Amino acid sequence: MAMDAAMIERLIKESLPDARVSIEDLRGDGDHYAAHVVSDAFRGKTRVQQHQMVYQALRGRMGNELHALALQTGAPED
Amino acid sequence: MDDTVQQRISQNISETPVVLFMKGSPVFPQCGFSAAVVQILSHLGVKFKGIDVLSDPGIRQGIKEFSNWPTIPQLYVKGEFVGGCDIIREMFETGELQQVFEQKGIPVRA
Repeated sequence: MAMDAAMIERLIKESLPDARVSIEDLRGDGDHYAAHVVSDAFRGKTRVQQHQMVYQALRGRMGNELHALALQTGAPED
Repeated sequence: MDDTVQQRISQNISETPVVLFMKGSPVFPQCGFSAAVVQILSHLGVKFKGIDVLSDPGIRQGIKEFSNWPTIPQLYVKGEFVGGCDIIREMFETGELQQVFEQKGIPVRA
């Protein structure tokens, strides 16, 4: 089952309101995305914790409706 | 989570320094993401044990709950979850992955 990019962005922003999110549909099939998420909430967190926060925001969809989401996360650079 | 599954996971990652939970085997990975991590570990000459989650549905579900991580592959070094495919790839590119292995006393090919 596919999921559209706007939905992914909305879910991420609901949990991380300050996030800058860019999403690319890698194959144009609505099933393989790459997302780059930048948020202040990531500051001081490990990569594993940052990705866990994004997965949390997607509320169980990752690994189910959403098959592949290549993630890159980070805090804004000053 | 099923306690015996949890125990098997704990036992595996404490007995073996580098463990990769993956789809397929290191020789025949069944998924591109698992294959990518196998390739990185092989490139670094790191010895690891691959555990095929496709042949064990209990572990397949259990490992996701164990680490609170929704996807496979998952790499564990000295009992600690290091990351999935994206993180391992990023850490390899920045040289951090090599540092993690060296800090934990795991030989890496120079």
